[in-house]
Amino acid sequence: MTSVADDLHGYLEAAARATPDAIAVEEAGDAKRSYRELDQLSDRVRDRLVATGVRPGDRVGLCLPKSIDTLAILYGILKCGAAYVPTDATAPMARAGLILADCGVRAAFVETSLHDELARHMHEQGGDAPLFRIDTPGGGLGLERTLGELDGASPAPVVPTHRAAPDDLAYILYTSGSTGRPKGVMLSHANATHFVEWCSDLLEPTPADRFSSHAPFHFDLSILDLYTPARHGACVVIVPEDVGKEPGPLAELIARKALTIWYSAPSILGLLARQGELDRRDYASLRFVLFAGEVFPVVQLRSLKALWQGPRYVNLYGPTETNVCTAHEIPETVPEDRTTPYPIGRVCHHLEGRIVDPAGTPVARGEEGELCIAGPNVMQGYWNLPERTAAGFLVTEDGRRWYRTGDIVTEDDDGVLTYVGRRDRMIKKRGYRIELGEIESCLYTHPEVVEAATVAIEDDEGNLRVRAHLATKDGGRLSLIALKRFCAERLPLYMVPDLFRFHASLPKTSTDKVDYQALLREPD
Amino acid sequence: MSDAAQIQAIVKDFVLAEFLEGEDPSELKDDTELVTTGILDSLATLKLVTYIEEQFEVEIDADEADETHLNTLADIVRLIQSKR
Repeated sequence: MTSVADDLHGYLEAAARATPDAIAVEEAGDAKRSYRELDQLSDRVRDRLVATGVRPGDRVGLCLPKSIDTLAILYGILKCGAAYVPTDATAPMARAGLILADCGVRAAFVETSLHDELARHMHEQGGDAPLFRIDTPGGGLGLERTLGELDGASPAPVVPTHRAAPDDLAYILYTSGSTGRPKGVMLSHANATHFVEWCSDLLEPTPADRFSSHAPFHFDLSILDLYTPARHGACVVIVPEDVGKEPGPLAELIARKALTIWYSAPSILGLLARQGELDRRDYASLRFVLFAGEVFPVVQLRSLKALWQGPRYVNLYGPTETNVCTAHEIPETVPEDRTTPYPIGRVCHHLEGRIVDPAGTPVARGEEGELCIAGPNVMQGYWNLPERTAAGFLVTEDGRRWYRTGDIVTEDDDGVLTYVGRRDRMIKKRGYRIELGEIESCLYTHPEVVEAATVAIEDDEGNLRVRAHLATKDGGRLSLIALKRFCAERLPLYMVPDLFRFHASLPKTSTDKVDYQALLREPD
Repeated sequence: MSDAAQIQAIVKDFVLAEFLEGEDPSELKDDTELVTTGILDSLATLKLVTYIEEQFEVEIDADEADETHLNTLADIVRLIQSKR
């Protein structure tokens, strides 16, 4: 397939030239924008950012709810030649402030209600970039008001769009870091466009397709959601974050918006099957149901397939550092007696995989080893962390860089990979990537806590739960409510431990390290 | 005991037993935030809704199983009362 553009914003411009009146983006209500309108609105963002001093190679941050406004800002940032850095507007502002200061953004867009707190946290971390406030983002109108006010004070001259080189950064996505600080995964235009081309081969989209945008923009799932439709002049429908968590309203939205391609973590699909009353509405337009981010329990997958019989189902796998790197299509019938999860599938055709032992030597076919990935999807590195970056790669004698996923897999005779487990202490819960060490770092900041360890356990239905084990100063218990509130003020909600246990002191191994195996063996 | 107080006590016992094992009951107040502090996540909410439906013989709509309707014990009592 020949591509229509060499950089991500080129997709938008090509669609705006070819089909200017086609709808590029819709929100949950009636708000929508055509390709021409989205292109023009993002031009205005570009002009304003350049007038503010943003130059190619800079970073520009965002702390906004998902909306047409936010999408136009992403494209505006790319058109300057800068990389965008999206942060979670629903998580504590301390985290967003730390991220935006860490990568030294030149400017950032923030929802007005979050402005003061974000500014305070950025200053505490040494960040001093100008923040553009957007009142109630939605429909592109909040952004237009902000741009209008700025233009009224001093118009931004029209400047040309910057054409990105393949290795120029397009975005930095921060993921949970084991030391308690999130780390920034740097991804280039070539990383993203090669991925979008692969999605195009899988999905064969047409301008009539209507993609879901369920994942937040600071998640790598959003790359498929936002840029694959632009590549084909199709439409993306932005699912608001609150609706995205509630099976009832979400089921209604998927039917009303006649979505054709759905992509999300499995957990919400499981909830839709159980609670979405999917038999009450018409979902005939759905062509694909894609899921990624964690294992889809077979029981839930089977009940979803019974309710939505039309679409093809594909399990996608890949860490943020590579985006999707393997895929497995679920067969038409899921046998009644099957309980083992489906494989993660074959390595995507434009990438190469290799399965290695701890020394980096390839293992024999069928044996367990760590999956390493090479090819054009693989990240440039972690922002400002050269040692972490070096440790993340295996470099072979021919000089190729292989990203070490940390995931242990096996390969069958047909090249199909099955996920076995993790090499380290990272888990995936409801599609969110969590370093258990980051939760422990937070618990250690509690004035009463002297020892903290977290483990991940499965409940009866295969759902992952995080259990925290604590030892306190006076050896007693703490209020669970107060502890949960303490964590919720410092961590995103999905990282707040589900369960707490109190110990006089934590069990230790012979080398005096916390004995995680003993903690895991504790009954529920 | 009034109707509201009775409902409150039943729901409180369930939340304490299911999601806050070992917690001092006096810490769980009428206005303690449950959803926005992560005490109730989506799975816990599902469990709670199922329990309420069985216990009080009411029907909770899918779009009511959210932060607005279930964030505190007071919210939950109001929701149940509005169904009876």
